[in-house]
Amino acid sequence: MSNTTPALSAAELLRWAWRQLTSMRTALMLLLLLAIAAVPGSVVPQEAINASALANWQDAHPKLTPIYDKIGLFHVYSSVWFGAVYVLLMISLVGCILPRCAVYWRALKLPPPATPKHLSRLPEHAKFSVEASTDEVLARAKAALKSYRIAQFDNSLGAQRGHLREAGNLVFHLSILIVLGGFAFGSLFGFKGGVVVVTGDGFSNAITQYDDFAPGPMFKPTDLEPFNFKLQKFNVEFITKGRSFGAARNFWADLAIVDKPGATPRVERLAVNHPLSVGSTDIFLIGHGYAPHITVRDGNGDIAYSGPSVFLPEGTDFRSFGVVKVPDAKPTQLGFEGEFYPTYAFTPERGAFTVFPDALDPAMSLLSYQGDLGLDDGRPQSVYVLDKSAMKPILKADGKPARLDLHPNDTVKLPDGLGTVTFDGLSRFVKLQISRTPGNWVALLGTIIGLIGLMGSLFVRPRRVWVRVQPDAETGHTLVEVGGLDRSSVSDLATEVDRIADALGREHT
Amino acid sequence: MSKLAFESLSQQAVVGAGVLYFLAFLAQLAGRRVAQPAADGPSVLANLGVTMLPMAALVHLGALVTRGLAAEPVRVPWGNMYEFTLTATFAVVATYLATMRRWSLRWMAPWVTGFAIVVLMADSLWLYEGVTPLRDALQSPWLVIHVVAAIIATGAFVLGGMASGLYLLKERWPDRFTKVPTLEVLDQLAYRMHAFGFPVWTFAALITGPIWAHQAWGSAWNWDPKEVWAFVTWVGYAAYLHARATAGWKGSRAAVVALVALATLIFNFVGINFFFGSGSMHSYAQGLVEHLVLRSPV
Repeated sequence: MSNTTPALSAAELLRWAWRQLTSMRTALMLLLLLAIAAVPGSVVPQEAINASALANWQDAHPKLTPIYDKIGLFHVYSSVWFGAVYVLLMISLVGCILPRCAVYWRALKLPPPATPKHLSRLPEHAKFSVEASTDEVLARAKAALKSYRIAQFDNSLGAQRGHLREAGNLVFHLSILIVLGGFAFGSLFGFKGGVVVVTGDGFSNAITQYDDFAPGPMFKPTDLEPFNFKLQKFNVEFITKGRSFGAARNFWADLAIVDKPGATPRVERLAVNHPLSVGSTDIFLIGHGYAPHITVRDGNGDIAYSGPSVFLPEGTDFRSFGVVKVPDAKPTQLGFEGEFYPTYAFTPERGAFTVFPDALDPAMSLLSYQGDLGLDDGRPQSVYVLDKSAMKPILKADGKPARLDLHPNDTVKLPDGLGTVTFDGLSRFVKLQISRTPGNWVALLGTIIGLIGLMGSLFVRPRRVWVRVQPDAETGHTLVEVGGLDRSSVSDLATEVDRIADALGREHT
Repeated sequence: MSKLAFESLSQQAVVGAGVLYFLAFLAQLAGRRVAQPAADGPSVLANLGVTMLPMAALVHLGALVTRGLAAEPVRVPWGNMYEFTLTATFAVVATYLATMRRWSLRWMAPWVTGFAIVVLMADSLWLYEGVTPLRDALQSPWLVIHVVAAIIATGAFVLGGMASGLYLLKERWPDRFTKVPTLEVLDQLAYRMHAFGFPVWTFAALITGPIWAHQAWGSAWNWDPKEVWAFVTWVGYAAYLHARATAGWKGSRAAVVALVALATLIFNFVGINFFFGSGSMHSYAQGLVEHLVLRSPV
């Protein structure tokens, strides 16, 4: 280190660092960095967005998975490095904008600056002589500069306009903070839950009723509004001809909503793009599928299970996969898993498949198991997965697994007198998202304010104009000089100076 | 008129627009070569080339309208990539025609016309798809607003990108691009186009997009690949606007930033649907059912 330059003191170092961080160059670098940092999240599957795609990806890339996991590539948008970039950008923004707000506030109170000595040195300039008196010319100038702020000097006047450009710029940058604040508030105090409801069934808004529930860190269970509803009807139509054969449309569900205990139910229609609101909670229709009614009688002939079972669609053809667990069956617990086909078809080459997504000829094909379902050891289990570690397939007399093929109202006997399975009928289910995002309107307001500010910062043209008058002793006329200065990069200053000169009485020769 | 008749009429209109664009292009090029009859005005051929452009655009518009009429029920003509591209190309030409006089952009006609020809050809050859109805999630007035804004912004960004690209070319080879105005004029044109496109893009990507996403998917911002790239594009153009005000970045570096931002926009437009097709909620090849993310109730 050189002896001639004294080491920076801590305070100086801090000031230097602050100045670097809040410089335009740093802001530009951080913007470019933010754009680059956002990209990996669109390439690598994200846990919070598509968990099943992530699982597939991880299976296919066993070597990369631990490395990617370590550097946060599976949750880019909540990773430390992504957060670091945007927090730095926000600090840079605040550090840049707040001082500029103060400068702007002071500048607002200042009158237009004094008239420069040599107006001819300004980018746009006009000089001419008129017959009118100096006072009259200045009066005309005031009228012509109506949209400007004007200050009168001895024999000249100064005018400026367009101070809203900087105001717009400041408002736009501050609105980014409002938007982020609104989203942050929503994710802190809100929640997002998912629930599957079979037609005819109800739901009441309590955490235990949700299939999955993701609360914000500041969410309190008492924030849940005490409504309940019954899914009265669900409608879906499938296109039966033309190129879009099999595409679903016109989904809607009728809910009988009771806003709070004791209130009279109101029936509302829920559809894609038409969420329902109950108080400040929103209900969205995000999916649907089939729930066949199944009754299982055990070896003693007692009903061990009866009701609709949700089968999850595996594709747009609505071939669906589902599981039935019968823990109460005697002598052993029974389990079933298999496929549901809305419009059943079979060819030797393809096996069983569905030719249409609507339930025109529904059928199920189930494999059956006996043994221990694993429900008693307290480990949580998915209702959509059969834990077969302690179960064995039920076999027919010829030693092959017993496959149960059922159409509605069919009853099939299990081998060895283990019981019977009946396909009683068919319901549909809907997948609903129920969520509360309290800060959304703040964020929306922020974006609208921001957009207005942005337009101001891009389209308002800050400009200064001066007019100087001098009596011409020889002719008795008045010598007029007009000069203009533009501070935006796009300008039509020349036309504006021409306009003012003409208004002051310039004659074209 | 039957739906199929409308569809084939639309295809014929696309071909017709392509032919008209091509004739206009030839006239514009010829007009530049032929010695000018008088020093005070462009040649007859150049004039013809510019007058034919609105005619071609009108036929192009007809292709869009008949395409919408061909759907059952009648809908906006942007249900798939082919229709998006068809509409966006029209937006580029329309934005050009709207600003041609005001910002004296006659010199730009061959560039815009050439662009329209190339993109229309690529669209018809590689992206053609039949008319299909809109999915439920796409049937929303917000879709119309969202997409109209996105397409208008795209039109302005493409024209701005042309100006920035020409800026770089002219800077590198000043003698070759004699028909192109000065660097200063190109820079100002690029800024004007981008300054117009940026708020429109903000409105499309960051206001109407989230409103629609909230209604259709229950969440305003999902970090879906299409959203990620729309955000990257937005940040890219924000960087361009900052670069123009930063010492050492004015001029050519800012132009490079604008072109990179345009590349992200085009990638979002074309690339996402091909590379991330199944993963993006904006990919129109999949049904609502695949949005079902049923997790175990643990």
